[in-house]
Amino acid sequence: MEQTLAQKLLQRATQEEIKEPGQIVQCKVSLVLANDITAPLAIESLARMGAEKVFDKDKIALVCDHFTPNKDIESAEQVKKVREFAVKMNITHYFEGGNVGVEHALLPELGLVGPGDIVVGADSHTCTYGGLGAFATGLGSTDIAAAMALGETWFKVPESILVNISGELDEYVGAKDLILYLIGQIGVDGALYKALEFTGNVVEDMEIEGRMTMANMAIEAGGKVGLFPADAKALAYAKAAGRTGDEEIYPDAGAEYVRRVDIDVTGMSPQVACPHLPENVRPVEELKDVVVDQVVLGSCTNGRISDLRDAARIIKGHKVAKNVRFIVLPATPAIYKQALKEGLLEIFAEADAIIGPPTCGPCLGGHMGILAAGEKCLATTNRNFKGRMGSLESEVYLGSPMVAAATAITGRITHPKEVNSDQ
Amino acid sequence: MQYTGKVHKVGDHIDTDAIIPARFLVTTDPEELGKNCFEGLEAGWIKRVQPGDVIVAGKNFGCGSSREHAPIAILGAGINVVIAHSFARIFYRNGFNMGLVLLEIGDKVEEIKDGDELQIDAVKGEIKNNTTGATIKTAPIPAFMQEILQKGGLINYVRDRLKG
Ligand code: SF4
Repeated sequence: MEQTLAQKLLQRATQEEIKEPGQIVQCKVSLVLANDITAPLAIESLARMGAEKVFDKDKIALVCDHFTPNKDIESAEQVKKVREFAVKMNITHYFEGGNVGVEHALLPELGLVGPGDIVVGADSHTCTYGGLGAFATGLGSTDIAAAMALGETWFKVPESILVNISGELDEYVGAKDLILYLIGQIGVDGALYKALEFTGNVVEDMEIEGRMTMANMAIEAGGKVGLFPADAKALAYAKAAGRTGDEEIYPDAGAEYVRRVDIDVTGMSPQVACPHLPENVRPVEELKDVVVDQVVLGSCTNGRISDLRDAARIIKGHKVAKNVRFIVLPATPAIYKQALKEGLLEIFAEADAIIGPPTCGPCLGGHMGILAAGEKCLATTNRNFKGRMGSLESEVYLGSPMVAAATAITGRITHPKEVNSDQ
Repeated sequence: MQYTGKVHKVGDHIDTDAIIPARFLVTTDPEELGKNCFEGLEAGWIKRVQPGDVIVAGKNFGCGSSREHAPIAILGAGINVVIAHSFARIFYRNGFNMGLVLLEIGDKVEEIKDGDELQIDAVKGEIKNNTTGATIKTAPIPAFMQEILQKGGLINYVRDRLKG
């Protein structure tokens, strides 16, 4: 049978022959991930299973990124529980202090996930690693505990939707705009239970960081995974991250897709998702009257170095609008250091931005940028559910790093070309 | 794995809050949770259920949060099988992991009416409607999933494997 990319990736990790979607297969996992919110529950399940050790101390990542640096006593207790478990089990990849970054930015950068891997995480945005050609998806806590104990898990082979993205991108339009546009087209359950597989000239030309931005939001369309082929670009990224032995992986020609979505990006504007669902997507021009109180640049969607560069290019030489908080959170320590070296942090600081540590922070309404009732925020994050960033009466708009920077300058949702000083 | 029971039909997009509202999540005891099963759909819904009954649902059953309390509540109510047009992904996993039999039959859910009596062979993938006499075929539950179900869920399954 000709196989989709999803089927191919699963086939590599299972002894059973994959014949059709819907089939259930047992797969070896390459890495099991949990964070400071989900690890404590998984640790409890492990105890109930009677597991005295984990399957491989080098193949588990525990990333305390959501509320760190610990925002209150409760979160400190949770992190303590995870830390004690990590010490007891001798877990190699434990992150909490100056080594911690937002999990889905951190693990690819360290080469802990890469092309062809099967990754399961107790976090729904585990799908980010599909940008590197990994089959990566979120699971419940007991599932994660089982994977930690056994080193394998079961998957139902998904059907795939082929998303073909072609045309020529405007200089102000990028990966975030494309994934928002797609979610606007197919809806928040448009890919329910299915794999999204990306193809087309725009995808081929896209750098890995952009691909991860797109794969990250597959879950916002209900998808199980968002997959990009493990091509030469993915292998180069993996190699630079210190991995060896990765191979190119593509779907078979003639593989069967349950649906095909064609997107021509020529002439597309930057896209913004309006409250309170990621599918409420509109071109940025239509939102120019929306006045904001806060702008957040960061998260596992758009906190990478290319995102900071994009935003810095727009905001350079400008000031953040009066009464707007522009919060910049580089997603990992390495990104932070690189941004420091390149002078990006200086640009943000000169513009009167608030530069914070690598953390999920405001993305999930955790800390470091919570919204009051009636406040509006434009964020580069991935969810704008009611109350996601604070008060139930606050509003979150989702957009790209360039739109974020432009919006920070004017204090209303703004097309980056309006403020670009390069011109 | 054979089951016989009376059908209770529910609609599309039944979310985990409908199955077990957050206010009842103060316990993980199956029986306690079972008493409030579907309380978010209709007050007192559970009163119509006899142990062994079957739920037949529409599309996307179990969408919403990843709470494992949802399948536990259904099991606690004495329901061992849910047949649906489709299941939400994380519920589907959690269901089997907690020991609940889930069968996906697509548009054929239309052929089953509230109150019908079904005779289900989960291993063969056969659903016989004793009320109408019709039989619906579905993919059999794979051996591995049967093993999880037989052990009563993923925690027991892993515990046994670690011992073995
Ligand atoms: S940055 Fe936001 S979406 Fe990403 S892992 Fe953290 S809380 Fe989740």
